[in-house]
Amino acid sequence: MATQRPDSPLLARSQELWLLACSVLTLVPGVEHIPHWLTAAAGLALAWRAAIWWRRASLPPRWLLTFLVFSGSLGVFLTYRQFFGKDPGVALLILFLVLKLLEMRRLRDGLAVIFLCYFLLLTHFLDAQGLDVAGFTLAALLGITAALSGLAHAGRPVLAHLRLSALMLAQATPFMLLLFLLFPRVQGPLWGMPADAYSGMSGLSDTMSPGSISQLSLSGEIAFRAHFEGDIPPKHQLYWRGPVLRLFDGRAWRAGAQTEKVSLPDTAAGTRVRYAVTLEPHNKPWLFALEVPSSAPPAAIVSREFQVLSKLPVRNRLRYEMQALPDFVPGAEESQASLHGYLGLPANNPRTRALVGQWRREAATDEAVVRRMLDFFRAENFFYTLTPPLLGDNSIDQFLFETRRGFCEHYASAFVFAMRAAEIPARVVTGYQGGERNPVDGYLIVRQSDAHAWAEVWLEGRGWLRVDPTAAVAPSRIEAGLAAAVPAGEPLPFIVRADLSWLRQIRFRWEAVTNTWNQWVLGYTPERQREFLSRLGMREPDWRKMTAVMAALCGLLLLGLTAWMLHNRTRLDPIVRAWNRLSRKLSRIGLARKAWEGPADYARRVTLARPELAQPLLAIATLYIDLRYGRLGGKQPIQKLRRLIADLNITAKR
Amino acid sequence: MQAVASFQRWLFRLYGPEAAPIVLRQRRIYVLPTGAGLAYAVALGFMLIGAINYNLSLGYALVFLLAGLGLVTLLHTFRNLVQLEISPGRTEPVFAGDAAHFGLCLLNRRPTGRPAISLRLAGGDWISADLAADATTAISLPLPAPRRGWLRCGRLTLETRYPLCLVRAWSYVEPDMVCLVYPRPEVAAPPLPASATGELGGRLGGIGTEDFSGLRPHQPADSPRHVAWKAVAREQPLLSKQFAGASSADIWLDWNDLPPDMQAEARLSRLTRWVLDAHAQGLAWGLSLPGRRLPSGHGPTHFQDCLEALALHGNPAP
Repeated sequence: MATQRPDSPLLARSQELWLLACSVLTLVPGVEHIPHWLTAAAGLALAWRAAIWWRRASLPPRWLLTFLVFSGSLGVFLTYRQFFGKDPGVALLILFLVLKLLEMRRLRDGLAVIFLCYFLLLTHFLDAQGLDVAGFTLAALLGITAALSGLAHAGRPVLAHLRLSALMLAQATPFMLLLFLLFPRVQGPLWGMPADAYSGMSGLSDTMSPGSISQLSLSGEIAFRAHFEGDIPPKHQLYWRGPVLRLFDGRAWRAGAQTEKVSLPDTAAGTRVRYAVTLEPHNKPWLFALEVPSSAPPAAIVSREFQVLSKLPVRNRLRYEMQALPDFVPGAEESQASLHGYLGLPANNPRTRALVGQWRREAATDEAVVRRMLDFFRAENFFYTLTPPLLGDNSIDQFLFETRRGFCEHYASAFVFAMRAAEIPARVVTGYQGGERNPVDGYLIVRQSDAHAWAEVWLEGRGWLRVDPTAAVAPSRIEAGLAAAVPAGEPLPFIVRADLSWLRQIRFRWEAVTNTWNQWVLGYTPERQREFLSRLGMREPDWRKMTAVMAALCGLLLLGLTAWMLHNRTRLDPIVRAWNRLSRKLSRIGLARKAWEGPADYARRVTLARPELAQPLLAIATLYIDLRYGRLGGKQPIQKLRRLIADLNITAKR
Repeated sequence: MQAVASFQRWLFRLYGPEAAPIVLRQRRIYVLPTGAGLAYAVALGFMLIGAINYNLSLGYALVFLLAGLGLVTLLHTFRNLVQLEISPGRTEPVFAGDAAHFGLCLLNRRPTGRPAISLRLAGGDWISADLAADATTAISLPLPAPRRGWLRCGRLTLETRYPLCLVRAWSYVEPDMVCLVYPRPEVAAPPLPASATGELGGRLGGIGTEDFSGLRPHQPADSPRHVAWKAVAREQPLLSKQFAGASSADIWLDWNDLPPDMQAEARLSRLTRWVLDAHAQGLAWGLSLPGRRLPSGHGPTHFQDCLEALALHGNPAP
């Protein structure tokens, strides 16, 4: 018992230690994303605070803290040139947390530290939102909440606080689920994002130069996942169309203007594949679609080059449903004027031009030229490799006649160049090819290492035909994936190597879990919410209905929890319970125990009324007295008491 | 002010002293967020804005979990106080100017403890207590007692912020408890007046309390201290020890003998001091107040009677 006001008491040493530990726990995962000077400064400040705690020294004076706040903020400003936005905001939060620790004296300061820790937990999600991050956050939440309950009451053991914290978080979980499902989602951002918001996303770009795709192929990161209605089509049909590149400057291929819409292919044409793609954010507008896309997802268009383009860059994991017509050949409606754009070439690579010119003169049709070129790739000593040699100015000539070692972008580029030199309209298509089926959940996983480039040529009377020159050089690339196609010893991403099958099994499982997580937790967008709620039976869910239902359900939940908590769960001693049972039993013959009656008196009264019960009652009362007031203990006597009471036959001599 | 007070009485259901035991039912427990709780809500608001702006699905989840935690805290704090039983405990009389200590018994019928319950009487200090599971905890609440007479304990505030400091649950009760406050004994008072029968008034061989002089049959008025317990142990009838003392003269502490210009409270103060002194010296004394006369006597009962008479002189309102 202490006489103190319940307001701002001084913190106990154990409380300070808890708060310090919580701060370290929250700060550690963010270390890689903050500037080095801040890491060092925060580390120093924490060490200083720990030393103060250890030596029971006094806290630094106020003027020093003020100075540190100003100089730290200045440092943040000089690093980022602004105070707003993601990174400077996080840096400021970290700065405030460590400085608050240095002036932490009273309960009020401790609460501020806790709230800052909660806030910092949120900022970790800016970098990653995987299951691992979620698990870490939950553990940290447990610790911080235990520290908070420790602030309310210092004297209890750590374990009691942790248990309470776990209990309260468990009770809060149903509220979280309700709010998560029903809180009307708003598609962010609420205001213009600072430029740094989406740095560090990787994926295909809309230019292709030698080496750009082989670079991307070194990453085992997931580009997107696809879920098919029915079977996954055979591998040689799995061409995921991305940017179509039309303009060549002698070295790099570039996409042209891409805004025109086309009338989508007729529905009658051939088989139809339905599937849904969950695209990882890559901060570019294009979506990947199986060739040939026949429909556009909402807020996206299909361009004239059959490229699916979103209206906004994909900055969040995006799920869309698509249909593909694998047998459809587009481009029948192309005019001479529109095809002219697919013939432009810079004036270099004379050897290639000469060779192709010769084919052109010899061949009767465009198709024959195409075949000659593919035969050339097949017959000559070409290699498929992730580590091609560097190329000079006449890169196509050098590749076709000298090095003959290249990755898919080299083959596609050389092929399209050759076709245009033969005045056949041609273009480079980049995207992904293949993918790996996860046997656990049946999703097709497409990684950055599946990035690919191929070509399309326009043939009179047929349209745009896909030609994959890589398939001529390394057919296994198409049928079995990258790992089978490149020679052993190439620097493949660890994740796609074929020789570690046990690792693949674990990875499949993990990725299936991650996929569920992405689909249902991270991918719970406004659209998904509306879809989910209408499937649950809410008609035309809008924010009013959602809020009303959410409030009602939260209220019900709160009521239920209150009732459960207030319900007097006084767990009676088994001995008392058995004794009460005897009284209930005897009340049937009007001999209920009076509230003031002790066991001996009660037994005596019952015996007087019903002498035939004397013997069993004496045994029961003696045992009860021994158990309750004597030294007798253990399970067996209690069971015996129960049995005696159960066996008591009150209607024996009626 | 009057309106505010009556509004408060209506809002908090304060209808004067209540009969024991007082059980804190849910209807009389009030729950509001503390300043820290409001700060928590504001922080959650900012976190929600951050989660929306950066489309952090897990951010939503975190904010909602913390919001749920806030709601759950509300219940836990409420539960920490509800169904607590309060009954009056032992309250000893005090002298004016000291702090009265009102004893309270807090009965927790729940199989779990109730930590960090703070209590305060209006005008007193905060006392915080941890109530063990399924047990009665006795506490005593200080309250300054500035004036003699009956001191009501007044309104008792019970509050708790356990478990997370974010919510404050409180209740007001008015236990039916009074404390007798004796007048403040005068400091540096003149010595006890001489015996009324003059210098030789101390009858030699008279009954005193100092020297043992023999045994006599026990009378119900005799102090238990004077019972010859050894004789009782020998299964003899109850006997009282008799003492002789030269100093056990009858002295009269008379209101009217005090200087005529003394105020009433000052007179009571001096008489109180004298009663204390006389009791401490083992004297027999009589007390005469306007309208009340306590015949000569000694022992704790007489002592307390005299102090009570002094405390309640003129019947000061409770």
